[in-house]
Amino acid sequence: MFTQVKYWNPYIGPFDPCPPMRVKSYQTPPNLYIGFQPPNMEQYSPRQALHCGTLWPAFYSPYPSDGREEE
Amino acid sequence: MWNYEKKLQYPVRVSTCNPRLAKFLIEQYGGADGELAAALRYLNQRYSIPDKVIGLLTDIGTEEFAHLEMIATMVYKLTKDATPEQMKEAGLGAHYATHDKALFYHNAAGVPWTASYIQAKGDPIADLYEDIAAEEKARATYQWIINMSDDPDLNDGLKFLREREIIHSQRFREAVEILKEERDKQIYF
Repeated sequence: MFTQVKYWNPYIGPFDPCPPMRVKSYQTPPNLYIGFQPPNMEQYSPRQALHCGTLWPAFYSPYPSDGREEE
Repeated sequence: MWNYEKKLQYPVRVSTCNPRLAKFLIEQYGGADGELAAALRYLNQRYSIPDKVIGLLTDIGTEEFAHLEMIATMVYKLTKDATPEQMKEAGLGAHYATHDKALFYHNAAGVPWTASYIQAKGDPIADLYEDIAAEEKARATYQWIINMSDDPDLNDGLKFLREREIIHSQRFREAVEILKEERDKQIYF
């Protein structure tokens, strides 16, 4: 199972002028992992698909994706 | 900082006086997918990308400057002993009028280099995909130049540079794989 957000800890210098942001994140949306789309993937209902922007839950990428998003 | 070694990464030999080739080669000097654009693109992206791939951008960006130096040497050798008449015949009359034999950062059509050739989106995936695309475009450019060149010595250097584009593309693809891995995962609730 992949996650759509990755976190990393940037280097914190001893003389940084601003309070450090110890954790930064970047997006890794599902299309990075699927390659050529396989046939017969699970589909949303038409209404849900319109809302999500895709027919397939496997490609849905909520943003911001902080873990509190609707599925 | 950088250390400089006063030698080329790979020897540059030019066997025939052919200023027309210099006009095409300058594409890799000051073109959108040339070595200058590559070096500046990678070295600039380093600051805001995850630590694990900073070193790769440093190494490849540095190597691109070594490639830039090779291209410069090729262009210089191809034009340094050309007469104004030969420059004109080679399609370099406009270049000669503006720059004499000096090299300049422009593409094969004479359009000066611009920073809008490169990007820094800040999104690590977007930036690395741009880098992969740039390497493939530079590889293609080398192919088209080799297709037009009948100088085996010059082509030897160009084939080396083309192969480096392939390796750089491979390394950037590996960097994407590193960023896709689930290590350092942190869940917030």
